Amino acid sequence: MAEETKAPTATAEGPGGSESHGPRPGGRGPRPGGPGGPREGGRKYFRRKKVCKFCVEKIENINYKDVRLLAQFVAESGKIVPRRLTGVCTPHQRRLSSAIKMARNIALLPFAGRAS
Amino acid sequence: MNRTYELMFIVRPDMAEEDLDKLISTLETAVSTTSGTVKSVERMGKRRLAYTVRRFHEGVYILLTVEGTGTVIHELERRLRVTEPVIKFLSVRIDQEQKRLDKIKAIRDARKKTSAAPAAAPEGGGEAAPATA
Repeated sequence: MAEETKAPTATAEGPGGSESHGPRPGGRGPRPGGPGGPREGGRKYFRRKKVCKFCVEKIENINYKDVRLLAQFVAESGKIVPRRLTGVCTPHQRRLSSAIKMARNIALLPFAGRAS
Repeated sequence: MNRTYELMFIVRPDMAEEDLDKLISTLETAVSTTSGTVKSVERMGKRRLAYTVRRFHEGVYILLTVEGTGTVIHELERRLRVTEPVIKFLSVRIDQEQKRLDKIKAIRDARKKTSAAPAAAPEGGGEAAPATA
């Protein structure tokens, strides 16, 4: 009785486990050599290299009065966008954040939420 | 020691034009009495505020550039704090930043000149060498 009950469970696991997992590595194996190869090995999304806007356009004067410039680096929620998202270099981000904070103080930019 | 300051302040939008003129002139006299000079007064006009300040949604922005010592700015800030129609103000020291910008600009200009006229330098060196020999 005990053997009979064990047997069906084992067989039920067998086809589900071995058939579904078994062929997949074999099926994917040849692909890297094929046309889809390079994509599989490298990154799936091609990301453009971020560059510091202030270095590229040679903007040295990051002024708190220049709302249009500062607004590009403020999220919709009013937060300062981090460097890792915008690609701004450290010295410029430092000046930028202080300029944004000054602009907030004089009600040119919001502390939170959209300017409305 | 003279420093340059920028004083931006916001007055309530319903303030009359003459009152604003009066306010600015009193500030100017306050600057001159504390041995400072007003470099420029810029009216940036009515602007929408990014958030409500004293229940106002908009305000008239005025930018004042002042040269003088710290006592000038101290007096101006005191006056602005006391003046009722002024809803917000910000004073920033700008001479250091300006100095830095001028320095960068000078470096860039110098680089442009050296790259524009590289042929002139070797000629001058060549003439000098035979004269000494």
